[in-house]
Amino acid sequence: MAENETVWEVFIQSKNGLAHKHVGNVHAADKVMALENARELYTRRNEGSCIWVVKASEIVSSETEDSEAFFDPSNDKMYRHPTFYNMPEGSKHI
Amino acid sequence: MLEESFQEQIDAERKIEPKDWMPDDYRKHLIRQMSQHAHSEVIGMQPEGNWITRAPSLRAKMILLAKVQDEAGHGLYLYSATETLGISREELVQQLHEEKAKYSSIFNYPTLSWADMGAIGWLVDGAAIVNQVSLQRTSYGPYSRAMVKICKEESFHQRQGYEIMAEMAKGTAEQKEMAQDALNRFWWPSIMMFGPQDSDSPRTGNAMKWKIKRQTNDELRQSFIDKTVGQAEVIGLTIPDPDLKWNEDRGHYDFGEMNWEEFWSVVNGNGPCNKQRLAHHKKAHDDGEWVRNAAKEYARKQELLLN
Amino acid sequence: MSNLFKYTLRIADSSLVLGQRMSEWCSKGPTLEEDIALSNIALDLFGQANGFYEYAAELDGSRSKDDLAFKRNEREFFNHQLSEQENGNFGTTTVRNFLHDAFNFLFYTELASSKDEILAALAAKSLKEVKYHLRHSSNWLIRLGDGTNESNLKVQEALDFLWQYTGELFEMDEVDNDMLDNGLGVDNIQLKIKWDELINNTLKKAKLKRPIDGYMATGSRKGIHTEYLGFLLAEMQFLPRAYPDAKW
Repeated sequence: MAENETVWEVFIQSKNGLAHKHVGNVHAADKVMALENARELYTRRNEGSCIWVVKASEIVSSETEDSEAFFDPSNDKMYRHPTFYNMPEGSKHI
Repeated sequence: MLEESFQEQIDAERKIEPKDWMPDDYRKHLIRQMSQHAHSEVIGMQPEGNWITRAPSLRAKMILLAKVQDEAGHGLYLYSATETLGISREELVQQLHEEKAKYSSIFNYPTLSWADMGAIGWLVDGAAIVNQVSLQRTSYGPYSRAMVKICKEESFHQRQGYEIMAEMAKGTAEQKEMAQDALNRFWWPSIMMFGPQDSDSPRTGNAMKWKIKRQTNDELRQSFIDKTVGQAEVIGLTIPDPDLKWNEDRGHYDFGEMNWEEFWSVVNGNGPCNKQRLAHHKKAHDDGEWVRNAAKEYARKQELLLN
Repeated sequence: MSNLFKYTLRIADSSLVLGQRMSEWCSKGPTLEEDIALSNIALDLFGQANGFYEYAAELDGSRSKDDLAFKRNEREFFNHQLSEQENGNFGTTTVRNFLHDAFNFLFYTELASSKDEILAALAAKSLKEVKYHLRHSSNWLIRLGDGTNESNLKVQEALDFLWQYTGELFEMDEVDNDMLDNGLGVDNIQLKIKWDELINNTLKKAKLKRPIDGYMATGSRKGIHTEYLGFLLAEMQFLPRAYPDAKW
């Protein structure tokens, strides 16, 4: 009897200028309902200026076992960070 | 090997995320605890829902409804977090209906007067908050995040209950009597919400090692009692425990024996409202079936139109 | 009692009574998400009632907003009969709210330009909320009407039953006329044309048949109601009535 409802992941932009942030999910039969359900659940305290909903099944995620291959290679590229560089003493605004 | 690095991660206070490897028992423990927590929020709507239509002022009506609605929301946050463990909300609800999953026993007590709205907010939410604040540091990421959100939202729940109690305690003689009666009925069930004493709580071991729980039942209970005694004094109500007294050496209040026989009897289905609470939930679920089916069918037809 | 007071009170009564009905849904919704949505609507309606009662109490001068809500009898309530109709199943509630939301949407749109600044401000605030309510009830009406055979039958049945309570939404009595003449109130008869259009459009999308206008209930402007209201008030007013000296 327990046929699964469609799960939608919800992203809220709390105000203009900020990025949308994942807040959780809702169940809904269609996208209009998903958007309204997200509004009811996640913006009860005036938290939103924009909502995205996306079917959970459409999200592609990297796997934990790939995390070394994915993320460790960037570990030793310190030259991408500004603190890597030696600035002459007395130099400002750089 | 996997188990070792899992434990290392826990010990280093790094959160476990849904796709990380985890021991089966860790997953099972979380599903049990989180779904029980979610069901408690949802079943917990009923005892207070019992008074929404009878709230005595416009202000009281709005506050109580907003609070009970928050509980539905918190149930959803928790179902949502539990789903990340690979179990659907439908399955969780089915477990509830088949009495394979439990919810907090406190909600099996009836709400008999408006003062019970005060007692529930003050004591039941108060106890829940002590537990939830501690669970913000739980090791499972989605659970921890749900707790952070819930704690933020629940900060008004306990205050609204305490306000009702305070108002009634300084009201007419009848009101004061209702307030004291509510405290009498809800005190012991509230402090038993933290679960069995540590010496009788077989599951605490792994839950602490895996940092699912961060403090033991007894620690949490003590912290709640220490906070609450003074609050009762301020509004002139008496906590119904003759053994309650400050222990200078421990730096805590000592308190009397809890009635564990009653506790287990209610946990096992024999409380004053167990059958009604479950029947209410099932009825809402069953009454809604044609609505959910219609929505699905409508969505299916719309998809067909698009293709 | 001034006509402005009576007019304001009527609006407050409809909001409160419909809010009370909506709050009965709490913990009984068809999904947990919808349970929350229904409570949100109830909260909006209580907020509207609160605002209009506050103003009515100020105009009245002797009673508080809670006195107005909790210490009047059926014959002294002036809410639309549509708003007091029982929730029934989710379809009944959807239809009742849809019919009422469509009216409220048009009514508040007009009232927002009332010469009475307070009424206008209250209407403008309510309008934002009612727009969402109408969107919500319309979407559900379409889903249920165009869902399964069972759901279509259920909402059609509710529509056929509730239709008799739509007539009085558009009535004008001496209070309405006086308010209108002074630029304070709304011409309900004019609203009917837009309401028909709105209703017809949505019913078409929902694959529902518009009932034929037959018997139309009337009387709420004079405090005449269906038998449901007495029970609703008895439950809602119990505490303040049983303990008249108590503050809560």
